[in-house]
Amino acid sequence: MIRVLLTVLAVSTALTGIAGAASPVDERVVHDVAAQLRCVVCQNLSVADSPSETANQMRQIIRERLAAGESPEQVRAYFVQKYGQWILLSPPKEGFNLLVWVVPFVGLGAGLVLVAVVLRRWSRKPAAVPPTPVDPAMRERIRREMSGGPRP
Amino acid sequence: MRRGWLRWAIPAAVLPVLALLAYGFWTNPREIPSPLLGRAAAPFALTTFDRAPLALEDLRGKIVLLNFWASWCIPACYDEAPALERAWQAYRDKGVMVVGVNVQDTEEPARKFLARFGHSFPNAPDPKGHVAVDYGVYGVPETFFIDRRGRVRFKHVGALTDEAARQRLDSLLEEPS
Repeated sequence: MIRVLLTVLAVSTALTGIAGAASPVDERVVHDVAAQLRCVVCQNLSVADSPSETANQMRQIIRERLAAGESPEQVRAYFVQKYGQWILLSPPKEGFNLLVWVVPFVGLGAGLVLVAVVLRRWSRKPAAVPPTPVDPAMRERIRREMSGGPRP
Repeated sequence: MRRGWLRWAIPAAVLPVLALLAYGFWTNPREIPSPLLGRAAAPFALTTFDRAPLALEDLRGKIVLLNFWASWCIPACYDEAPALERAWQAYRDKGVMVVGVNVQDTEEPARKFLARFGHSFPNAPDPKGHVAVDYGVYGVPETFFIDRRGRVRFKHVGALTDEAARQRLDSLLEEPS
């Protein structure tokens, strides 16, 4: 009995193994690759999000290439080879493209520095106001009144 | 004076941004250089609407005008269709092959299109878009000029004119074979 069970187990394991090898491509991987590629007939849509026929065919091509054993990086590289880097929705972090990645942070930093400088200037302003000149007659009158002398 | 540095710092910060924007706005977003120019043309093996095999391999040694089109592509594909047939008639005896690849289309309207313009050069459907993606096609019509050694040499986006076809084919014909 145990032997039969073991045989069944072994056979089913083997079958699962075969089924696993021949199983269709993981749709999450297809979606992941498609989401990085620009739909060529759309405005700012990825191949994953576009309902167009072109995007549909591209998703199928991604699926076929993954099924043929290519890695997601290889599939991506195939599209870059055919369309150039334009096909990538996020430009690679190199060369001229670095501007896109760096400028927002540089801008943010510059903005913070500007705000800090302006705030400091504002808080210092009252101290920087020069004392109003007081003429000698007024000075004398203040001195008299402060000392509690007789009023005229 | 402390205020002094701000006077030049602000333009210094703003000017590069303006320059970048100006560069961006003056660049035509539709003009994307094909990375395929100068590279070996991707091989393809299709079956024509007349059920004949059509493979790039078999055209080795010929100059190939490879045109991607669709029957729904109005008006550009209709505008260029007569020029394609004229190019075929004018250059077929000079070692030039004109090939049409029908993309994202259905068979019946595609056949009507071919009949309407009396296209006599081979035309084949690319039902799954493999050839179109192999050539980095964005939209129709696009035309590729492949030299005798099988390299993609020119790419024409939009309706092809007699003048554009003649110019490219003549320049490829002048090259030593």
